[in-house]
Amino acid sequence: MPDVLAVPIEHQFDDATQQREAATMGMWLFIATEILLFGGMFLGYTAYRHAYPSAFAEASRHTLIAFGGTNTAVLLISSTVMAFAVRAASQNRRKLLGLLLFVTASLGVLFLVIKGLEYAHEINEHLLPGRAFHIDAADPQHAELFFYIYWLMTGVHALHVTIGVVLITFFAFRAWFRDAFRNHDTPIELLGLYWHFVDIVWVFLFPLIYMIDRHS
Amino acid sequence: MTTATLQAAPQPRPLTKPTYLADGKTIRSWLLTTDHKRIAILYMISITLFFFIGGAAATMMRLELLTPQGDLVTSETYNKLFTIHGVVMVWFFLIPSIPTVLGNFLVPLMIGARDVAFPKLNLASWYLFMAGGAFAVFSIITGGVDTGWTFYTPYSSTYANGHVIAMATGIFIAGFGSIATGLNFIVTIHKMRAPGLTWFRLPMFIWTIYTTSLILVLATPVLAITLTLMALERAFGVGIFNPAMGGDPLLFQHLFWFYSHPAVYIMILPGMGVVSELIPCFARKQMFGYRFVAYATVAIGVFGFLVWGHHMFVSSQSIYAGMIFSILSFAVSVPSAIKVFNWTATLYKGSIRFQTPMLYALGFVGLFTIGGLTGLFLACLAVDVHVHDTYFVIAHFHYIMVGGMVMGYLGGLHFWWPKITGRLYPERLAKLSAVTIFLGFNLTFFPQFILGYLGMPRRYPVYAPEFQVLNVFSTAGASILAVGYVLPLAYLLWSLRWGRVAGPNPWQATGLEWTTSSPPPTDNFEKTPIVTEGPYAYDAQAAEAELEAGHA
Ligand SMILES: [Cu+2]
Repeated sequence: MPDVLAVPIEHQFDDATQQREAATMGMWLFIATEILLFGGMFLGYTAYRHAYPSAFAEASRHTLIAFGGTNTAVLLISSTVMAFAVRAASQNRRKLLGLLLFVTASLGVLFLVIKGLEYAHEINEHLLPGRAFHIDAADPQHAELFFYIYWLMTGVHALHVTIGVVLITFFAFRAWFRDAFRNHDTPIELLGLYWHFVDIVWVFLFPLIYMIDRHS
Repeated sequence: MTTATLQAAPQPRPLTKPTYLADGKTIRSWLLTTDHKRIAILYMISITLFFFIGGAAATMMRLELLTPQGDLVTSETYNKLFTIHGVVMVWFFLIPSIPTVLGNFLVPLMIGARDVAFPKLNLASWYLFMAGGAFAVFSIITGGVDTGWTFYTPYSSTYANGHVIAMATGIFIAGFGSIATGLNFIVTIHKMRAPGLTWFRLPMFIWTIYTTSLILVLATPVLAITLTLMALERAFGVGIFNPAMGGDPLLFQHLFWFYSHPAVYIMILPGMGVVSELIPCFARKQMFGYRFVAYATVAIGVFGFLVWGHHMFVSSQSIYAGMIFSILSFAVSVPSAIKVFNWTATLYKGSIRFQTPMLYALGFVGLFTIGGLTGLFLACLAVDVHVHDTYFVIAHFHYIMVGGMVMGYLGGLHFWWPKITGRLYPERLAKLSAVTIFLGFNLTFFPQFILGYLGMPRRYPVYAPEFQVLNVFSTAGASILAVGYVLPLAYLLWSLRWGRVAGPNPWQATGLEWTTSSPPPTDNFEKTPIVTEGPYAYDAQAAEAELEAGHA
């Protein structure tokens, strides 16, 4: 199989299969560490939501669910496109791969733009915790705690989206101009894993922040 | 994949290859190396440096504690000293010690691989570690931190003076080095084993490094986010842990100990792994109950994640939570005890040789047992209320960390020194220093059990006069201990040049690392080894017969 031999094999590996399996396992472990990283924040959210349910419900009504909802759709679509990109890579269709990666990255940028508009709105409404923070709520202190966690978790998530967008753009260029992933689609597959992970984190964040007890 | 190994291996290679030490002599060849063996050496030099920084802080503390008055340093300086000692010893010596030095050197050799799965990531880990260390040292030099190694909020995030953020940043960065190392080992052990090397043929050292790596990968990210939140609170007033802003300091403690209790197992499991290699070799016997020891290793890793609340018995956590954590802490002692029983049973009817590594191994078993049993006192809710925050706790965990891990590290270092350097260390001097360390250690820390039981609190430079005698004992012991630590540094360096040439297998040990030359070539093996039997194929009766015949 000359196609398989075309993949450069690093000296510590015996063959392409071992190299691919090692890389894939490494990526899954990396995602596990990311889950634990977000896990600390999810725990904080859960503990405080449990301790101050009404303050959190009241605070969450000040979030913009239309923005959050749109963003959920944007990320889900981008994840779908990414899945097609991974498929295109495995079929060695490099122009299609490049195109799909560009679309994925653009959707990532769209997500960040919408998130940015939402942040701008919240800053204007004095919902950024700090001296200027102001909220009409029965328990403003714990409502502020909600917004601490909101800014923190969405901020760390947005950082991950940004890193993803940069990587995807870089890979898109390499696919389009250099034909870099011919017979060597492992990097694209792992990039896809990362992007799906970022997407899934948002799928959990969305109901926690925007939806719980919104209409009670 | 393993059959593919057989086909791929016999590529033509030159017969005599340079050792990994001779393969490039420039500083650049060391700083840009991706060879796991050289990275191990880089780590060895770095952690030795940190060990003496942490040790210097401990020395100052012990000197201060010679007298009941605070006459050598101010209380504030004393606070900074025990913080430096804790932070440096935990994150920059104990956690990296065996995994990054012996683990890096041995994991690929023991499983018959040419290198770890991700050699560049391995080098990056070391740079992360050093960058983290630089932040920590910067924080120490520019005024230090007085929060203790636990960084409890809201003190650390609101009231403490000093460079808390720099210190936390250092730990954060070094933490990512740990994560990368753990990830690398897990993938390496899963995917790079030589043909025939099944899971239950692995040396116990590999099992412990594997479990340690799992803990590193799963626990360290939680520490990273916890310290980030603490630093954000300090820098920008994000009030997650500050009760004045609606936060809860207990949340910090939960998150911190969710990492830091498993970190205790990061610090002891690799020591257990080393001892599990040493005892069969120097008792010339199969390991007793190999599978049980392997399962016990994994069980310790799993249970270790469920007991963090025993650090918070008096923190106002719910009494029911306390009871559960107490029971689970008792449970985690079962697999630890299984290990001690199995080591003891391995010694039974063995052909025991008291060479230096074995002295360390036996010291480890005894001291770890004392540390473990006193841990049960502390896991007991009612007793803990009395001895919490006293010297009893200090003595307990130093028996585990120093009596356990440092002894394990030194034992392993002596055992594999001939493999790492190709030279033998001077045996008599080494035995002398092993005994010195054992005696000095006990004289230092045993009195602290009594002090704690009598009620001397930890973290104070001033104490009641009736405690002075025991404190003088302790400081005297610490001086002996210091001599015991400086001796190996001197004679191991000496042996690099003047030590006897070791040959590939000076201990007649089993294990793939002993089948290649000492020091090994860059690619580790002439050709990929094939494994046909389990580890520790020693024969005690044959060894005895040989002794009687006067051969050995
Ligand atoms: Cu603990």
